[in-house]
Amino acid sequence: MRLQKYLSAIACTYFISISLCHAGDGKLIATAGLIQIEGSGGGGIVPWATLAGYDSQEQISLSAVSSTVDLDDYRLNVIGVNASFYDRLEVGYAQQRFDLKTLGGDIKQSITSLKYRLYGDVVYSTWPQVSVGMQYKRIDDGAIAELVGAKNTNHGTDWFVAMTKVNLGAIAGYNSVWNLTLRATKANEMGLLGFGGPNNDAYKMQIEASAGILLSRHLAVGVEYRQKPDNLGLDESDWADIFVSYIPNKSFNLTLAWTDLGKIAASEEQQGLYLSLNGQLW
Amino acid sequence: MVNYGSRMKNKSLIIITLSYVLTFTGCSSTSNVYQEVGGTEKITEIVDYFIEEITFSPEIYAYFEESDVDRFREKMIEHVCHLIAGPCEYTGDTMVDVHTGMNVNEAHFNLTVDLFINAMDRAGIAHSVQNKILNAMAKTRSEIIYR
Repeated sequence: MRLQKYLSAIACTYFISISLCHAGDGKLIATAGLIQIEGSGGGGIVPWATLAGYDSQEQISLSAVSSTVDLDDYRLNVIGVNASFYDRLEVGYAQQRFDLKTLGGDIKQSITSLKYRLYGDVVYSTWPQVSVGMQYKRIDDGAIAELVGAKNTNHGTDWFVAMTKVNLGAIAGYNSVWNLTLRATKANEMGLLGFGGPNNDAYKMQIEASAGILLSRHLAVGVEYRQKPDNLGLDESDWADIFVSYIPNKSFNLTLAWTDLGKIAASEEQQGLYLSLNGQLW
Repeated sequence: MVNYGSRMKNKSLIIITLSYVLTFTGCSSTSNVYQEVGGTEKITEIVDYFIEEITFSPEIYAYFEESDVDRFREKMIEHVCHLIAGPCEYTGDTMVDVHTGMNVNEAHFNLTVDLFINAMDRAGIAHSVQNKILNAMAKTRSEIIYR
């Protein structure tokens, strides 16, 4: 109990104010998920159909995230905020800084995202919850994107449709969650290396998926997979991770993952730890 | 080639996990949940704690202010028992009839589920059994909210 209080206190003071911590709590604990690395509600690397907050149809919620993916030759830092309205519409903004640990310097990208829930409730509807969304990505400085041969070194937009379902007591009494996302994208390495390239400059449909088990009301484990195009002809890898998420209460969660991001630009076998702190402010 | 191999490994790992989850989706049976809970005695304990939880939740208690608690207790025990395939007959009104005019919204419904989970925690019901009970009760949600 003391640890939980301590952690939620950190989450609240860390972002703005303690007095904002008690609204938008109308969902079952551990069913709100996280803010993924591009600022949409989701898992760690995949946007889900669920919205980032615990808001129900009468509520608004505001969440914030800070994530780091520390790879062998790179480090991705993400900071973002996400507001969801009446469990219907989600608006997110995230800033990414991609540190080039061995080469020096960094790449910055900002992402504005929208998501609209079309159908269902992730827990209670017979069919999965379905949402559509977009992520508008803008690179600060396109020099590196240009260097690797990207067609557009400035901005790009991803479009996705996602379906997510929590099944109560589905696996030996434990709740399970699965998600399937179809994304249309031109982004190279999520946009950090620009959009399109010599290999391909058209939108490509990519499949992303997540599956997890909720071991208790406060602990979830799972895996994620994200297919990526190879527009630049640099043998861009698909991404995968295995995560464990600790959810002491509805105001805070901490997620740790082992990520395998494969080959990024000229660097092979980029693996490392992903750490994400998610807090709901309102 | 090395990279291709690790991609394939990742893919098969995900596919295995996904198919595992999907296989079990919707297959959870309620047939022996009644025994797993510990029968009517344990259901009664849960419902008693649930009533206590409601009493201490001003938002939810407002819905019950004019209710006959003894009747609610009796019918709730019957209903839970019936939903988890226990040997009980539910003799109360339909969920739709009970909740029509109450205008229960989604936030209050989910808050009530939280209270019911608290009650199951206090009754010492195992996590996996709790989920099976919730799964059996979840079907009634559409008959309860926004009526």
